[in-house]
Amino acid sequence: MQWEVVIGLEVHVQLATQSKIFSGASAAFGADPNTQASAIDLAMPGMLPVLNGEAVRMAVCFGLAVNAEIAHRSVFDRKNYFYPDLPKGYQISQMYAPIVGTGLVEIPLENGETKQVRIHHAHLEEDAGKSLHEDFHGMTGIDLNRAGTPLLEIVSDPDMRSAAEAVAYLRKIHSIVTYLGISDGDMSQGSMRCDCNVSVRPVGQTEFGTRAEIKNVNSFRFVEKAINAEVQRQIELIEDGGRVIQETRLYDPDANETRAMRTKEYANDYRYFPDPDLLPVVIDDSYIQRLRDTLPELPDEKRHRFTENYSLSDYDAAVLSQTRALADYFEQVVETSGDAKLSANWVMVELSRLLNQNDTPIERCPIAAESLGQLIQRIRDNTISGKIAKQILEPLWNGEGTPDQIIEKQGLKQVTDSGAIEQIVDEVLANSQEQVDNYRAAPEDRRPKMLGFFVGQVMKASKGKANPAQVNDILKQKLEG
Amino acid sequence: MAISREDIEKVAYLARLQLDEAQTGALEKDLTNILNLVDQLQAADTDAVQPMAHPLDAVQRLRADAVTESDQRAAFQAVAPATENGLYLVPRVIE
Amino acid sequence: MHDKTVTELAAALEQGEVSSVELTQHFLKRIKEQDSRYNSFITVNDEQALFDAQAADARRARGDATPWTGIPFAHKDIFCTAGVRTTCGSRMLSNFVPPYDATVAARFKEAGAVCLGKTNMDEFAMGSSNENSYFGKVTNPWGEGLVPGGSSGGSAAAVAARLTPAATATDTGGSIRQPASLCGITGLKPTYGRVSRYGMVAFASSLDQGGTMARTAEDSALMLNVMAGFDAKDSTSIDRPVPDYTATLNDSLEGMRIGLPREYFSDQLDPVVAQAIRDAIAEFEKMGAKVQEIDLPHSHLAVPAYYVIAPAECSSNLSRFDGVRYGYRCDAPKDLEDLYMRSRAEGFGDEVKRRILVGTYALSAGFFDAYYLKAQKVRRLIQQDFINAFKDVDVIMGPTTLAPAFRHGEKTDDPVTMYLEDIFTISTNLAGLPGMSIPAALINGLPIGLQLTGNYFDEARLLNAAHRFQQATDWHLKTPAGLA
Repeated sequence: MQWEVVIGLEVHVQLATQSKIFSGASAAFGADPNTQASAIDLAMPGMLPVLNGEAVRMAVCFGLAVNAEIAHRSVFDRKNYFYPDLPKGYQISQMYAPIVGTGLVEIPLENGETKQVRIHHAHLEEDAGKSLHEDFHGMTGIDLNRAGTPLLEIVSDPDMRSAAEAVAYLRKIHSIVTYLGISDGDMSQGSMRCDCNVSVRPVGQTEFGTRAEIKNVNSFRFVEKAINAEVQRQIELIEDGGRVIQETRLYDPDANETRAMRTKEYANDYRYFPDPDLLPVVIDDSYIQRLRDTLPELPDEKRHRFTENYSLSDYDAAVLSQTRALADYFEQVVETSGDAKLSANWVMVELSRLLNQNDTPIERCPIAAESLGQLIQRIRDNTISGKIAKQILEPLWNGEGTPDQIIEKQGLKQVTDSGAIEQIVDEVLANSQEQVDNYRAAPEDRRPKMLGFFVGQVMKASKGKANPAQVNDILKQKLEG
Repeated sequence: MAISREDIEKVAYLARLQLDEAQTGALEKDLTNILNLVDQLQAADTDAVQPMAHPLDAVQRLRADAVTESDQRAAFQAVAPATENGLYLVPRVIE
Repeated sequence: MHDKTVTELAAALEQGEVSSVELTQHFLKRIKEQDSRYNSFITVNDEQALFDAQAADARRARGDATPWTGIPFAHKDIFCTAGVRTTCGSRMLSNFVPPYDATVAARFKEAGAVCLGKTNMDEFAMGSSNENSYFGKVTNPWGEGLVPGGSSGGSAAAVAARLTPAATATDTGGSIRQPASLCGITGLKPTYGRVSRYGMVAFASSLDQGGTMARTAEDSALMLNVMAGFDAKDSTSIDRPVPDYTATLNDSLEGMRIGLPREYFSDQLDPVVAQAIRDAIAEFEKMGAKVQEIDLPHSHLAVPAYYVIAPAECSSNLSRFDGVRYGYRCDAPKDLEDLYMRSRAEGFGDEVKRRILVGTYALSAGFFDAYYLKAQKVRRLIQQDFINAFKDVDVIMGPTTLAPAFRHGEKTDDPVTMYLEDIFTISTNLAGLPGMSIPAALINGLPIGLQLTGNYFDEARLLNAAHRFQQATDWHLKTPAGLA
């Protein structure tokens, strides 16, 4: 039988606020256990939540970026369950009236076409703490630093039909949230986590099959592998006469399989109700308009503009608009250098190579975009050759100064004084009488090739600094003349 | 409306309250009485009524995104039943 | 000295007739000698109180005193007090010392008041008789074997017994007004959102409101001057200017419109109580007020709505008491489930468990709409009744309770009987309105209160009416027989 795969994703995005969603504790990552858990985060008696306006702003920006309806009135609800990393015994979330309504994103398909995936809604909620199972003589240690960190949970409709589409969708969400600057999107640190709802049905069937939810998948690669493993499990199960049951599963990357989580039969009765400690969040049109006006250019718009304005190829535009940081860097380079094509090549080839070698993300690139721009400008104004420029990249990376300072200090300035070049040419010709004779004896069509020898000699003698075009001209003149 | 023993056991588990036989029996009667009291609500006509969230229909105030809390772990953990290396300890959680 | 009101004590301090240290020592001594009869305090704050009294005297000497500087008072043990045990009447918090102050506690501290200690209460403020405290039941100073009412029974008994001039309290369904009625004192529950709930251990968040217990309306106004005000730490707090509540106490009552709800004076009300309340209201007429009958047609739904909303919210609010970060933890839990199940079973008393179970049931799958949502809609109907009534009247009056204090054990067999104790007070909480109870009569030698309900933020008018009544009558001056 032919099977169709149906996938919907719930993506949890950690919002990049300074403080937590309901308390003034720092939301920074990596502090000592429980040093960033305030009385509110610890659910001490009598503590009350107060909503962080920045979390609201970020959620609305996301909604606008995916053309979603923004709820003028949204409400926080309590999701009640007991778990040691959930200090209040409930998670503050939005069940009945989320802040972001239905929206839409476009994802690229492998065949070059695009597909629309519907966003069902997105809601604000708080993150839980962490349980640590090692080294406590059979006990579990609880760190509540993360408790109360703002999350935006983005819930898609079941519109994806393959693991690859799911990954493309996730990449798109990643790209949007990082462009908006509302999350660092770092999946390895849990800033973005994904629950995958997966079901299969015979091709042609309209009803959905029973779905299983794979919880907490934390990398693009694992999303793809987890979905494929789950799809295979479900198909084999059904073909063997079994039935898929609706349940929560975990992906085990080592075994590359999903496993059912153990839960009590009625443990999932979350008893949602509106949180009486918080009031309805009311947003008016002027607030929404203000945010709409501040919205940055989004990845699709940027890619389009790069091909239009800079005449970049589709490929180059796509690479350079992949992340906002890279795109911003590139544009800064262009602004300083004044040459988009040359800037694109330098960023994508020479700079990328250095970044890869040093395993450094563009955000932490030690070469400022202005410096790279200046370097390219120096190629354009003939101060240095492209070859010399490549030599300068390394000292630039090591912080040895600006391109001009390095050119000056290392004496790399191109020689463009015709008299000086002529002098070098004369010396070279005088020392290469045999080659000069051969050249002059050679037929016209062979001469250009032979010229290369003299050019090389002159460049060598000038330590690469002589202007190659001038060298060519003067050599020809002398040899022919 | 009478509440059954099974209902009480389920609800007691959701609320994480251990009950013994005698308590469950007594609760069966008490909770049934309480639910009979609250069932009077069902007679009210509320078709066109919006549920009330805040008596003054106030709306949520938004806080500025600023870190205002400093580390008070020592003070908070001084009242904790069990901690080690800054962590709260509980019996092992099995996932 | 203990017969003086806060107003009188403030004057005595101001005149230098007495020091805060002397006052504090006097009340601490009374508590020490007499509270074994009432059990109105859970924690007495001897050392800290004397320390604070010295600081208050020094502050007064610097000329930097407020009306509260050096005045002893007590907090209901539901307000978190930094460094002072806060139990909420529960085994669950029997060893809990918060490292922070509730906003209410911080405000009294700033004013320089001296906290004598923390008063007894029904566990987590759930009860109407103060028989639900882990720290033992409270006895009403008006008679051996009588309940003081609840849940603020400790505060009410301590004020009535002159162990403290005033005490803070909270009111979720009548927990200030009902014990005030039963103990013959003056109690005020402000408009929801008027007093910050920050640091006040939550029972039912949408109903809880901190308020005052004192002997007179004038003292209540002084207390509210300290307690009321916007607090950015409580999202439900209302940002609205706070008047000086003492400034309008003596305003004329000429033309004030009083509404008497027909529903409160039904056949079910004991005719003796009804007459006593009508007599009290007649005093207002003498002062120029106009009385008219009004209708609050959804009154009968208040108790049912309350017993959905309050348990539902409490079931969730009390989930944080899980034995992990603070509070009671059972011995040798064998696993996590056991830790939760036993810590909570052993840490909570019966009434708290009952309400958690009712609330959990009401919120559980399939019942949310029929119970919680329905109750929140009924709540709006009840509120609408009041809004309509306040188009025609300024203050609504009636009995606070059906009868004076009852005996210990009299209503403990059936929770529903106990719940009906709050039949007149609950709708005020559901609507979020301010309400007061002031001593209005003695029935068989026991006090009973007149309830005054005002429009939103109309506390000043309630205090004005109550004060004028107390200027004209002496019910608030009656003391229990045998009070030392």
